[in-house]
Amino acid sequence: MAAANTMRADVVVIGGGPAGMSAAIAAKEAGAEEVVIIEREPRLSGILQQCIHNGFGLHKFKEELTGPEYGQRYEEMVSNLGITVLTDTMAVDITSERTVTAVSKEKGYFTINAGAVVLAMGCREKSRGALSIPGTRPAGVFTAGTAQKLVNIKGYMPGKKIVILGSGDIGLIMARRMTLEGAEVKAVCEIMEDSGGLTRNIVQCLKDFDIPLLLRHTVVEIHGKKRVEGVTVARVDENLKPIPGTEEYIECDTLMLSVGLIPENELSKKAGVEIDPKTRGPVVDENRQTKVPGIFACGNVVKVHELVDFVSDEGEIAGRGAALYAQGKPICEGEQKTDKPKQQEQKKGVKNLSDGNSKGDTVICTICPMGCKILVDAGMNVTGNTCKRGEKYAIQEVTAPERTLTTTMYAEGHIMVPVKTDRPVPREKLSACMKEINCRTLILPIEAGNIIIENIGGTGANVIAARSFL
Amino acid sequence: MYKIAIIGGGVVGGLIARAMSKYQGSLVILEKESDVAMGQSKANSGIVHAGYDPEPGSLKAILNVRGSQMMEEVCRELDVKYRKNGTLVVGFNDEDMKRLEQLLERGRQNGVEGLELIDGEAVRRMEKNLSEKIVGALYAPTGAVVCPYELTIHSIGNAMDNGAELLTDFEVTGIERKDSPEPDMGICYKITSADGRTIEAEYVVNCAGIHSDEIARMVDGREFNITPRRGQYLLLDKEAGDLVSTTIFRTPTKMGKGVLATKTVGGNILLGPTSEDIEDKENKAVTAEGLSSVIAREAEFFDLIPMDKVITQFTGLRAHGNTGDFIIESPQPGFINCAGIESPGLSASPAIAEMVEKMLIEAGAAGELKADYEPEVRGIIRFKDMTADEKNSLIEENPSYGRVVCRCEEITEGEILEAIRRNPPARDIDGVKRRTRAGMGRCQGGFCMPSVAEILSDELGIPFEQVTKSGEGSEITFDRTKTGGEK
Repeated sequence: MAAANTMRADVVVIGGGPAGMSAAIAAKEAGAEEVVIIEREPRLSGILQQCIHNGFGLHKFKEELTGPEYGQRYEEMVSNLGITVLTDTMAVDITSERTVTAVSKEKGYFTINAGAVVLAMGCREKSRGALSIPGTRPAGVFTAGTAQKLVNIKGYMPGKKIVILGSGDIGLIMARRMTLEGAEVKAVCEIMEDSGGLTRNIVQCLKDFDIPLLLRHTVVEIHGKKRVEGVTVARVDENLKPIPGTEEYIECDTLMLSVGLIPENELSKKAGVEIDPKTRGPVVDENRQTKVPGIFACGNVVKVHELVDFVSDEGEIAGRGAALYAQGKPICEGEQKTDKPKQQEQKKGVKNLSDGNSKGDTVICTICPMGCKILVDAGMNVTGNTCKRGEKYAIQEVTAPERTLTTTMYAEGHIMVPVKTDRPVPREKLSACMKEINCRTLILPIEAGNIIIENIGGTGANVIAARSFL
Repeated sequence: MYKIAIIGGGVVGGLIARAMSKYQGSLVILEKESDVAMGQSKANSGIVHAGYDPEPGSLKAILNVRGSQMMEEVCRELDVKYRKNGTLVVGFNDEDMKRLEQLLERGRQNGVEGLELIDGEAVRRMEKNLSEKIVGALYAPTGAVVCPYELTIHSIGNAMDNGAELLTDFEVTGIERKDSPEPDMGICYKITSADGRTIEAEYVVNCAGIHSDEIARMVDGREFNITPRRGQYLLLDKEAGDLVSTTIFRTPTKMGKGVLATKTVGGNILLGPTSEDIEDKENKAVTAEGLSSVIAREAEFFDLIPMDKVITQFTGLRAHGNTGDFIIESPQPGFINCAGIESPGLSASPAIAEMVEKMLIEAGAAGELKADYEPEVRGIIRFKDMTADEKNSLIEENPSYGRVVCRCEEITEGEILEAIRRNPPARDIDGVKRRTRAGMGRCQGGFCMPSVAEILSDELGIPFEQVTKSGEGSEITFDRTKTGGEK
């Protein structure tokens, strides 16, 4: 360890998740020489590592990727560009003069004087405490992200009988994930009138597994001394207050909370960055520069984004701005990419899915976010679709629904390797495929895309690795 | 055969154990839970009361004032966070102010120093966020705050460093008075636990908190009753820490001291407690009604409470005795009750320990002073509070201090390892949290809990799925999701 523990860099990026990786790449490409990413985990990619489900990359790569695959593409770019990556390193302070203090086992307690700083710390989940849920304080109350880390990265079951509060995408995805791993998800409670999740997640995470979605319901009490023994749920009125007399006890051992994300701006505040009380993220200009010159911000630290693709876009803007600032160049407007216009995601609650009629089956199309309600009658005549793909999808969904399976596979040393089928498999075969995957042991090293199991369960699909373990 | 057995690893039992650990003679602390400081020593306001409140002449008054005087030095010796932040008992009208004058007089009788009545302007000069409706206050500059579980953990750690033993998960279910197996030793007590273990001791001190009436009945059938009095609290993020710095009380009424607002030694804002007599001694649930009543009453102090900064809620059960005073007595030779130690029990605890030490000496329980007795402990290293140079040399010496595990509170792996390795050892997630603050911040362990569990698993040599939140039955996870066909 050097006595004078000070480094210099053109651009320092705090956080190696999707926003940070994309910012670092853009900074390098815009001419910054020394670009450093500070990441507290042992590996880049941030929360993408545990988001083993698919649905990422449709905008950026025009193909559907899992979280680890999406992350790995950026990791490779970071590595190829010669960006300095400090993993297992925690940034603990930033000054308005852009001196970043960080700590690690290897480098000790050190500072980096940066030409420009990009804040990309992401967000955290709202905890039970922030919600003030009454009741006891037993084991078995997790935020969905913590539970996701336990099941997908650590490889342990955080629960067997589960109630999920909050039907945003993370809650829905965890409902499916826990079900695939053998847990029973008793209900997903949503305080609002409709789920905040994407239609495809309502269909593929809840409806596929007959998991009840209790709209206009919340958890009013947690029971159990040592471990959760049950929760009381109740219907809420128009002011979102529980209605007395509607309480219902649900026996469970786990409550998962998926009730909102809060940008993590404790470091930003230390640097004197102005925070917007509404978004709880820094106030930024069109180049994603905060009110403190030379400090930029991007991704979920600014505001919680719907899609990781948009986070990457924003990282590019911030990274480029930071590089130009560090080089003393003007950040010309017009050149940088602007935020993609937000798609009008149509969201539908489950109640809409069951109001078909006896003449045929109603299908909510999940091909694109429009969410067309398509009717398929007994003669396979399709109405309600707005494009040809919708017609094909609806017939497939009625006759032989197919799903891409994403899960983890055991490797020696209790390492969980994210895997997926390279094409959709019949929905009714999901559980058989899970069984086959779960009884196999993977030998490392392995590279992303390598075939692990050929023609799983006779479906014609191969199981492939979604992340490299070298 | 132990010389002394102390039932209850709370702050009173801990400080008594520490006091007696300086004498020759074996000592054991029997704790029903998996860790110490699990009852009211864990969940209370953490206030060192100045001593103006209790009835003059009562044990509460005498021991409160004495304890408050001793506390700063005890905390220095035990490396426990202590802050003399002062107390303001605020009044809203003439009637309150009359009551505060009586309180001032009572405080003087009790021997409390520095008390004064101040007007509303002066109150707001001290605390700018207090309501314009406050017309005056009794100011007690000797009021302070401590971390109650840190005081408990460090006093028991200090006793253990000096030779005391700690038996956890030892729920006392029977105490039998019998002739000592050793000749010329008179009588002794045989103590049985729920899981069938037995120990014998010549002297027994009952510090069992809300269960102290049950323990007392096992020995002599004497009638006093302890009612669990539930207190619900809200804790705010350190970001809300400038709301208040001194401890604020309302003028007491017949109903008691009411809610308080204070800044804890950790820098959080603490609001509460409620005061509800309940029946179930295990009922530590937080209720919607309780929390809203706390918020409604706190709204009298402050125009604006930053409710978006609430990070957790908790409940403590105070051991409310039916005699109105602390019960510190020896109903049988060799057996001492310390019961009904409700507020100001924490403030009084060093003085209670001093008093019980004298009783035990008189009863013949104390041997010679130990030559190697060490009265001081050094707390777990607080990485966050060190200078850059100190941090660097520490990491150089031991790299585990270079890994920050809990980012909200900036707690390193080294500190967590220390908590698991030192006396009394942390054995679960909550035990690590109480000793290091890992998981106590704004994300409430969302990020660091799996890492803390992993460190516990490695360090205790137990499988990950056996790591608990707080003792057996509170395992964090179930089985592995998959074992690849292996077992």
